[in-house]
Amino acid sequence: MSLLEIENLRVEFDTSSGVFRALDGVSYSVDPGEVLAIVGESGSGKSVAMLALMGLLPKTAKVSADKLLFNGQDLKTLNPKQRRKLIGSEIAMIFQEPIASLNPCFNVGFQLNEALKTHTDLGKAARRDRCLELLNDVGIPDPKSRLKSYPHQMSGGQCQRVMIAMAIACSPKLLIADEPTTALDVTIQRQILELLMNLQQQTKMALIMITHDMGVVAQTADRVIVQYKGKLMEEAPVLDLFESPKNPYTKALLSALPENATGDRLPTVADFVQA
Amino acid sequence: MLRFLLGRLAMLVPTFLGVTLVAFSFIRLLPGDPIELLAGERGINPERKAQLMAEMGFDQPLWKQYLDYLGNILQGDLGTSFASKQPVVDEFFALFPATVELSLCAIFLAVVIGIPLGVIAATKRGTFIDQSIMGTALVGYSMPIFWWGLLLIIFFSGTLGWTPVSGRISLLYFFEPVTGFMLIDSLLSGEEGAFASAIQHLILPSIVLATIPLAVIARQTRSAMLEVMGEDYVRTARAKGLSPFRVIGVHALRNAMIPVITTIGLQIGVMLAGAILTETIFSWPGIGKWLIDSITRRDYFVVQGALLLIAAIIMIVNLIVDVLYGLINPRIRG
Repeated sequence: MSLLEIENLRVEFDTSSGVFRALDGVSYSVDPGEVLAIVGESGSGKSVAMLALMGLLPKTAKVSADKLLFNGQDLKTLNPKQRRKLIGSEIAMIFQEPIASLNPCFNVGFQLNEALKTHTDLGKAARRDRCLELLNDVGIPDPKSRLKSYPHQMSGGQCQRVMIAMAIACSPKLLIADEPTTALDVTIQRQILELLMNLQQQTKMALIMITHDMGVVAQTADRVIVQYKGKLMEEAPVLDLFESPKNPYTKALLSALPENATGDRLPTVADFVQA
Repeated sequence: MLRFLLGRLAMLVPTFLGVTLVAFSFIRLLPGDPIELLAGERGINPERKAQLMAEMGFDQPLWKQYLDYLGNILQGDLGTSFASKQPVVDEFFALFPATVELSLCAIFLAVVIGIPLGVIAATKRGTFIDQSIMGTALVGYSMPIFWWGLLLIIFFSGTLGWTPVSGRISLLYFFEPVTGFMLIDSLLSGEEGAFASAIQHLILPSIVLATIPLAVIARQTRSAMLEVMGEDYVRTARAKGLSPFRVIGVHALRNAMIPVITTIGLQIGVMLAGAILTETIFSWPGIGKWLIDSITRRDYFVVQGALLLIAAIIMIVNLIVDVLYGLINPRIRG
C-alpha cells in the first residue's frame, strides 16, 4: 500500500484578476521508504501540492482532490485539529530558507523542544535528552551549548540541520524537503543532501525532494515527477528519466543543463515548449 | 547584556545635558519674569526689582546662571518654588504619585486592550471585525482628549451618575497618604468603601488618557502582526502542528512585539503630555496641572525642575524599553 496517494489534486487562488489555477489535476503516490523528487521551474506548482497536503496554504486557496490519502487516512475528512496531530509528527516538512524558517526570537532548544512537547508524552528531562540526541544526529557539534543558540548566531547550513532535527524529532513517516539546499552554498549543499539521505536510509522514512536542481535529483531520487505550469508532465524512475525522457518539457529541462550544452548557446525551455 | 546596559546608560549623559539646556532656555524665552508676576498689578519699583533679581542670581550673565544651575543639579538641588517656597523636588514627589497612578492605569488599559485588538484585527484581516476595530481606533486616535473627557463626564457622571466628576477619592474618606498611590493607600486605610471610591474616581481619567495610546498600540500591533504572519518561521510553526493560538500568540506575537514595545515606550512620553490635559479636566492633583500653573507664574525653578524630572522619567522608561527590546529580540543583544 502506498504511504501517500494523491489523485486529481487541484489548487486555485482567488486573486483580484480572477481565479488562478496553481495546480491542475495532479496525481501521484509515494511508497513507504521511497525517495521521490518533484522537479520543475518556479511557479510549476511543486511546493503548492505539498503545502496543500500539509494544510499550510493561505485561506484564499481552494484545494480539491478526488483522493488525498496518507497512510490509509483520508486527509480530506480530517478536521483542523486532527490534521495538526498528523503534521509535524507523521508528515514533516523543511523549507528553502533555513535561517528565515527558524524563529529569531527563540533559541534552538526551545524550538526543538516545542516539536517534541506538541506530539510526544516525553517528560522535561527526556525531551532535553532527545533534543541533544537529535542535534547530534544531524551533525551539530557541541549540541549542549547549541541548544542555547539563536538562529542569527548560526550559519545557514547549521540552521538547516536544526530544521532537519526538528522535522525528524517525532520520527515522521514522510519528510517533505522543499528545495532544502537552494539557499546554501555548494559545499554545504552536498553535506545537507548527504545528511538527508543518511537519515532517510537509517529511518526508512519516505522522502519527497522538491527541487529544480537536476543534480540533486540524480543524486537522491528513486523516482521523479516533472511538473510544468501546475500539470504533471512525466513520471519515471530516475535512470529512465535521465536516459530517455519522453515528455518534450523534460527533454527541454535536461537540455538546459550546462553540462549537456552543445554549440554556442545554451538551449532554454522555450526552444522546446510553446509557452 | 551588561555591556548593552552600560552603553545605553552612557547615552543618557548627553541627553540629560541637552534637556537641562532646553529646560533652562525655554522658560527664559517667555516674556515676563517671576519678580514682576509675583508683584502682581501693584507693580514694583526698579530698585527693589534689581535687588530681588540680584538675590535670586538673575542679574548674572545667562551662561553663569546655567553653570550654577548645572552645579546645583549635580548636588541634587533643583531650587525652590517662588510661589510656595518649597523645594521643587519635594513638591514634585508629593504630586508625582498621582500622575504615575493615572498613567500606569492608562497604559495598562491601553496595553491589555490594544494588543489583543490589534492581534484580532490582523488575524481577521479584511473582514468586518478588522474594519470595525481599525475604524474605532482611528476615531479614538483623532479625538481631542479634552472633548472626549467632557463627553464621558457628561454621559457617565452626569446622565448615568455612575462615576464622580473629579478628584482622586470621595471627600467622605480621609487618611494620611502612605505611598501616595490612592489605590494602595485606600486599601491600607482599612476604611470600608475607600478602595471602591478610589477606583471609581480613577476609571474615567484612565479611559481618557488611555484612548490615544490604545488606538496607536492597536494599529501598530495589527501592522506588526500582518508583517510577521507572512514570515517563514510562522509557516514552520504551523508545519510543526502547533495550535493556531500558539502560532499566533507565541511565534508571531513575540516578533510583532518588537516594534510594539518601542511604540509603548514612546506613548509613555505622549501620555505625560496627555496627563496635563486630563489632569486639568478631572482636577487630578498631579504634576501636569502643577507644571501648567508654574509656567503661568514664570516659576523658573519649578518649570526647569519639573521638565528635568519628567525628562528623566521618560529617559528611564526608554532605558527600560531598550532593555525589554533586548530581552525580546535576541539579535540586538549581540
